[in-house]
Amino acid sequence: MSFWTRHQIFEKNSIILVVGILLVIAIGGLVEITPLFYLKSTIEKVDGVRPYTPLELAGRNVYVREGCYLCHSQMVRPLRDEVERYGHFSLAAESMFDHPFQWGSKRTGPDLARVGAKYSDDWHVTHLTNPRAIVPQSVMPGYPFLSANEVDPDAIAGDMRTLRTVGVPYSDEQIASAAADLKAQADPDNAGTDAFNKRYAKAVVRNFDGKTGTPTEMDALVAYLQMLGTLVDFKIYNEKANLR
Amino acid sequence: MSQPSISKSMTSGESGLAVVFAVTAFLCVIASAKALDAPFAFHAALSAAASLAAVFVIINRYFERPAALPPAEINGRPNYNMGPIKFSAFMAMFWGIAGFLVGLIIASQLAWPALNFDLPWTSFGRLRPLHTSAVIFAFGGNVLIATSFYVVQKSCRARLAGDLAPWFVVVGYNFFILIAGTGYLLGVTQSKEYAEPEWYADLWLTIVWVVYLLVFLATIFKRKEPHIFVANWFYLAFIVTIAVLHLGNNPALPVSVFGSKSYIAWGGIQDAMFQWWYGHNAVGFFLTAGFLAIMYYFIPKRAERPIYSYRLSIIHFWALIFLYIWAGPHHLHYTALPDWTQTLGMTFSIMLWMPSWGGMINGLMTLSGAWDKLRTDPVLRMLVVSVAFYGMSTFEGPMMSIKVVNSLSHYTDWTIGHVHSGALGWVGFVSFGALYCLVPWAWNRKGLYSLKLVNWHFWVATLGIVLYISAMWVSGILQGLMWRAYTSLGFLEYSFIETVEAMHPFYIIRAAGGGLFLIGALIMAYNLWMTVRVGEQEVQMPVALQPAE
Repeated sequence: MSFWTRHQIFEKNSIILVVGILLVIAIGGLVEITPLFYLKSTIEKVDGVRPYTPLELAGRNVYVREGCYLCHSQMVRPLRDEVERYGHFSLAAESMFDHPFQWGSKRTGPDLARVGAKYSDDWHVTHLTNPRAIVPQSVMPGYPFLSANEVDPDAIAGDMRTLRTVGVPYSDEQIASAAADLKAQADPDNAGTDAFNKRYAKAVVRNFDGKTGTPTEMDALVAYLQMLGTLVDFKIYNEKANLR
Repeated sequence: MSQPSISKSMTSGESGLAVVFAVTAFLCVIASAKALDAPFAFHAALSAAASLAAVFVIINRYFERPAALPPAEINGRPNYNMGPIKFSAFMAMFWGIAGFLVGLIIASQLAWPALNFDLPWTSFGRLRPLHTSAVIFAFGGNVLIATSFYVVQKSCRARLAGDLAPWFVVVGYNFFILIAGTGYLLGVTQSKEYAEPEWYADLWLTIVWVVYLLVFLATIFKRKEPHIFVANWFYLAFIVTIAVLHLGNNPALPVSVFGSKSYIAWGGIQDAMFQWWYGHNAVGFFLTAGFLAIMYYFIPKRAERPIYSYRLSIIHFWALIFLYIWAGPHHLHYTALPDWTQTLGMTFSIMLWMPSWGGMINGLMTLSGAWDKLRTDPVLRMLVVSVAFYGMSTFEGPMMSIKVVNSLSHYTDWTIGHVHSGALGWVGFVSFGALYCLVPWAWNRKGLYSLKLVNWHFWVATLGIVLYISAMWVSGILQGLMWRAYTSLGFLEYSFIETVEAMHPFYIIRAAGGGLFLIGALIMAYNLWMTVRVGEQEVQMPVALQPAE
């Protein structure tokens, strides 16, 4: 029997055809995806990387909601010009708590993986409200409405609990004090800032949008942008241990 | 008085579905009342209204219909079911124009950012997923469902399986689009590219898709032909694989069952790999395999020639679906994804060039002996040019997947140009060609209202594509080169914003190209509308007057 005659079994039996399709398409995905859950280079922990604070998480949710990733990548490639323009190339560990990842695929605007601490809070607030007030040639939309939207401090614990279920190691204490921590991070005068700083290493406490009262989405988004790429201290990070 | 020969009663499908929708309506009302956020309340209310409408329509349809369900055959000839096909074809045209229009708007926003209006609902970040979903899933998806339901019936010589099930698929799918699209505008998104719909829209799509697969398979079971026609292999691969990809990429845990927000189970690097395994194969199986099925049926039909090589189509089919699934990592070159995965993705992407061109050759060579028809039939010309665009973008794709090329092209407009040579040239034109064939067939018309208008559509749209893709090539390569340019002293030559500024003229040209493509689609919609409204009926053998044997 020739190959072509044998092939008729697929042409005459829809279930065998479906099973054949399933087997053929399963191989590539299994080979490429499964090892990523076991290989050291993809699951190793790097000093400094921690889950997002409640305020940063609320800011990240704004980032996700507004589709920022469609124009801003968060992935510095190990190419000379990128490392000089943006900073150290991105490590796998730096996005290990990102559900979903926001590496992006297009740079209509610059990469944001290391945007944290590069500009002042004031710069971010002015720029987000009206990008062309600071960068006249910018094509970014303005987001003035973020300053008007308050973040609900009581809702964020539910988000953290969900994230814990999918693998982000929030402690019971962090979840229990989520609402207080969210308020504390945006208010340096808050009595809870010391306790907050113990729960989240190297988290920055500032009044990000410069306004008093309940934190706004502007506070949250700026808090998130200001921490991006700042968790790993590359002065003490051992590059050789992670050679690619 | 004529008595019905059999007593009329509801089928189990009718009564069951009516009950299911009634319960769904009730649950949705509760969900709407308990909703934690406004978009979820809106979507729950919309679902409740749609479920109630479904109950009403099912019951009304029962009272309107004759006692017996439509027969599978009339006088030995299959009694094809054209209703759901007409609905899907209409929706395809509707969403197509909507999607092209939103594309034109966001293209203009990049040229003139004031058009974002600084409002949440009109900003680029929310409109861009609306554009991609409207053209890929709404326009493309409806074209695929309409043509697959047509092709599977004709090539199996059997009536579409199920009575309400095909309607459930076409209406349910479009309801998914409605929920997804309104969600984007309201800020409901997973922000996973091409998989933006939130958990409840994903669940609904899963149900619709399983029914789609069952209707398709059940129709194949009933076939009168011993062989399953080639186009149906491709449709099956498309339906089955999209189901696998959808489930693999979307396991999300909602924060609350009464809220729209969810978190995806995968995180960081694993999420990236799942995402582009999904993302690239949405291209491979939704935008390629499905539309290749269209090529394998509509080009031979329109050219009235057999497929060039049956053996080539066998090789084409298995090689394409095996190789495609590996190609995802080329979207993640030089990222934190391990090098071996990137290299593997690149290798398979380059190999993919071969089956892709095998398919192109099979489509183009089908015209051997009928090339003269390109002069007289603009519909066939559209179909053939689509295959040529397919060949072009399946050469460009493997080239861009080479790591050194990708280091320049990635993150730039070159990617956008590449996607649109495939999307406008291949998917767009093959869909237009198929709809130009399908509408007269499904509505039983002798031919199109005007071939001259098809010709206009062809040239206007082609000019639009050329403007679009050449603008994006130039801007993409220009920006990639500017990013890596160094001065003689060893400093980066350009700030980022200088590279943004340099894009401005190309963004205007791109918007002009998109505008022309939209104008072409409007010409098409008018032409199809007139075909249905005033087109001459195809004279059918009047079944009732056939002499008794």
